[in-house]
Amino acid sequence: MKLGTSGYLTVALVMGVAIVLAVLNQMTPATSPLHVPTYVVALAGKYLCFAMLALAVDLVWGFAGILSLGHAAFFALGGYAMGMYLMRQIGTRGVYGNPMLPDFMVFLGWKELPWYWYGFNWFPFAMLMVVVVPGLLAAVFGWLAFRSRVTGVYLSIITQALTYALLLAFFRNDMGFGGNNGMTDFKDILGFNVQADSTRSALLVISALFLCLQFLVARFVVDSRFGKILVAVRDTESRTRFLGYRPESYKLVVWVLSAVMAAIGGALYVPQVGIINPSEFAPGNSIEAVIWVAVGGRGTLVGAIIGAVLVNFGKTWFTGALPELWLYALGAMFIFVTLFLPRGVMGLFQRRSRREAEADAPAAAAAQEVTG
Amino acid sequence: MVRIFLLLFLSFVTFAAPARADDSLAGFASGDYAQTQQAVEALAQSGNPRAVDILSALQASKLYYLPDQTLVIKGEDGGYANALTGEPVKVETSDDDDDAGPKEVRVNNNVRSAIEAALGGLQLFDSNPAKRLAAAGAVFTAHNPVAIPALDKALEKEADPSVKRLMQQARAAAVLSSDDATQETKLSAVETLRVRGDIEARSLLGALAGQQGPVGDAAAAAVSSIDFNLQIWSFAQSIYYGLSLGSVLLLAAAGLAITFGVMGVINMAHGEMVMLGAYTTFVVQQLMRAYLPGIYGANLIFAIPAAFLVTAVIGIAIERSLIRWLYGRPLETLLATWGLSLMLQQVVRSLFGPNNRDVDTPWWMSGATQVGGLTLTWNRFYIIIFAGIVVAALMAALRYTSLGLRMRAVTQNRRMAAAMGIRTPWIDALTFGLGSGVAGMAGVALSQIDNVSPNLGQSYIIDSFMVVVFGGVGNLWGTTIGALTLGIVNKFLEPFAGAVLGKIVVLVLLILFVQRNPRGMFPLKGRAVEA
Repeated sequence: MKLGTSGYLTVALVMGVAIVLAVLNQMTPATSPLHVPTYVVALAGKYLCFAMLALAVDLVWGFAGILSLGHAAFFALGGYAMGMYLMRQIGTRGVYGNPMLPDFMVFLGWKELPWYWYGFNWFPFAMLMVVVVPGLLAAVFGWLAFRSRVTGVYLSIITQALTYALLLAFFRNDMGFGGNNGMTDFKDILGFNVQADSTRSALLVISALFLCLQFLVARFVVDSRFGKILVAVRDTESRTRFLGYRPESYKLVVWVLSAVMAAIGGALYVPQVGIINPSEFAPGNSIEAVIWVAVGGRGTLVGAIIGAVLVNFGKTWFTGALPELWLYALGAMFIFVTLFLPRGVMGLFQRRSRREAEADAPAAAAAQEVTG
Repeated sequence: MVRIFLLLFLSFVTFAAPARADDSLAGFASGDYAQTQQAVEALAQSGNPRAVDILSALQASKLYYLPDQTLVIKGEDGGYANALTGEPVKVETSDDDDDAGPKEVRVNNNVRSAIEAALGGLQLFDSNPAKRLAAAGAVFTAHNPVAIPALDKALEKEADPSVKRLMQQARAAAVLSSDDATQETKLSAVETLRVRGDIEARSLLGALAGQQGPVGDAAAAAVSSIDFNLQIWSFAQSIYYGLSLGSVLLLAAAGLAITFGVMGVINMAHGEMVMLGAYTTFVVQQLMRAYLPGIYGANLIFAIPAAFLVTAVIGIAIERSLIRWLYGRPLETLLATWGLSLMLQQVVRSLFGPNNRDVDTPWWMSGATQVGGLTLTWNRFYIIIFAGIVVAALMAALRYTSLGLRMRAVTQNRRMAAAMGIRTPWIDALTFGLGSGVAGMAGVALSQIDNVSPNLGQSYIIDSFMVVVFGGVGNLWGTTIGALTLGIVNKFLEPFAGAVLGKIVVLVLLILFVQRNPRGMFPLKGRAVEA
């Protein structure tokens, strides 16, 4: 596996910045000019979780040509699994002090814990579910979709319908996931206080670790023989099929892998922001994740991370300084990037020959991935 | 002298009247529910001209009695009037002693139903047919056997057939509740109620259906016959609701069937075109209220072309500035138009504010009408008709106009069309404008049934795409059938699954359907499939 300069730089930068932020938050007194406030640590952790989602989207969109407009669904499902663990950890410290039932169930007058909540008080089981539930959903959905050769725009539309259906479902109180309000007011994770500075710092470093790990896995996958066939599927699916490969199997594997990556991002996201609610399923969120990838540069992996951090930093800044203008900026970004910057920010840095520049943008980017 | 005599006489009359009614009214002041109920029934049969006033006051908890048993009615201003004479009464109230002040005549459910029956019985003789009808309805609901004599009297005099029918049904209901009616009268009463055949009649008969003997059997038979009828009506009602939902979906999707179906452009800003149409309706209403108040009732007639023009012009501008650079790149088009939709929402939010705007419903679109067991709301009814007209006009435009011919030519073979001298870029722009304009007209209709807010379009965009994909791309008939099917399926699922779950089930079914038929119900055949 050749990581390349950009790859080494990304890993070093992500880990470095995360560790520096965490150390400065922990080791310096609050009065020091070098002190990093805890909200910055939490914000950085949030960006890294979004970067995992972006990485997942780039893996399927950049390398398999599957434009998912529902990837935030997997992200949110992972988040809900983590949220369920955190809810069970509250124990008797909830408003109603019920040792078994989360507050919202007591409020709804439920007497027993629903069966699908069993085991979520045990951390390893909850973490297993973070991976298994979204993975299973992706496997079933992908198997049905790819087997019957639903491609392109049609696939995008049904992925959007999927997340929309989940959004509606999680809004229902009867589902037993907190309905409209979702889950919040978390206390502990593995015995550590979720609100504490030290936990926040640790979560940031863990998020950075997982992001780097995911980046390496994704890079390994796309550089492998498997990845080359994926690119072939993306560029001309029918030709690949005629060569004797089964595009649906390749797509299904990468689709499930991508869903799991997004879910891990979601699971790390929840303890850092302290809430999970159905609005995470909103179709707009998934489409926003796609624009992070487009801004960074589709089919580059590094670009996905850059795009997610850049756009979300911009969002934080805009919504603080000029809240009215954020939607204009986001909308303009969509239009500008698709019209004038098809290779994203990464495209600006990559030296390329004139011929490559004129070729189809993702194909050219992918060709570079394969050769370099 | 004469005057003094007259005065004495009048005072005698006013004193004498309460003295006569006192026997029947004593029950009110007893504080006992059973006696109050008897008093109500006695008063209803006494023929006392003030009976309606007293009973209405009792119903509204405004009847009081003083320590000396005098009945008084509390007025709006807080003063009291003698219940039998209507004259003001000065009432001493003291804060220290509760017994000294007026006490409310208390009622329980039995008394309340006796009041309703009695009031109904009294108003059966009103000169106004509408009041008689309402009274007969009240008697029916109360179905108290006490009212039978009054009903018999009223039936003799009644000329209005609809009032007469309701009176007969009320009598039947009362007969069935009485213990001393003969079996034959009861059987004919069961028959009368069976003919009425609504949910109220069913609940009356249902109470009898468990009984032994011919009356119970007849009632049970009548109940099952009514159930069957009600099921048919509720089936028809579900179809109507489904058609209504389907026509809304159809309106929202018809424009998309042009832009996505015919041109292949994924316009995620389509919902915002609908939203702009709704806001155009709002602006047209404001303008007409200010400048043309005389024909304000026709505001929607003006709003439809206005919305079409506004959104069509915006659509052409979008096509010329944005979409034409992205032909052949559907996924990029999707992202760019999504960005555009965010900007359009923000523009509207800045111009009109983030809250819902009030769009009026003209008088001819509000209310509902009853057809048999069906309730047809006028706004939904007009929207179904409007959707039909829009789709028919769209089909005709594509089929018979020169523009439609050129549009179809460009869709089928762009280069050949260009070679024949058709200016394909302009046709693209006009086609996109047409699709957007239709979306704008949908916005006029949706402004009548949905909240007009900047987010209006977002709630329809996924549904619209699902309709177009379900129906088969590039096929207006498919879109029509797809929309109506989805609407009806949705409404039929609702009773079993609830509104939200029903929608989820429909979405899941659609996802599964698209897996099986990736090109929809009515796919285009031939080479276009692989394109």
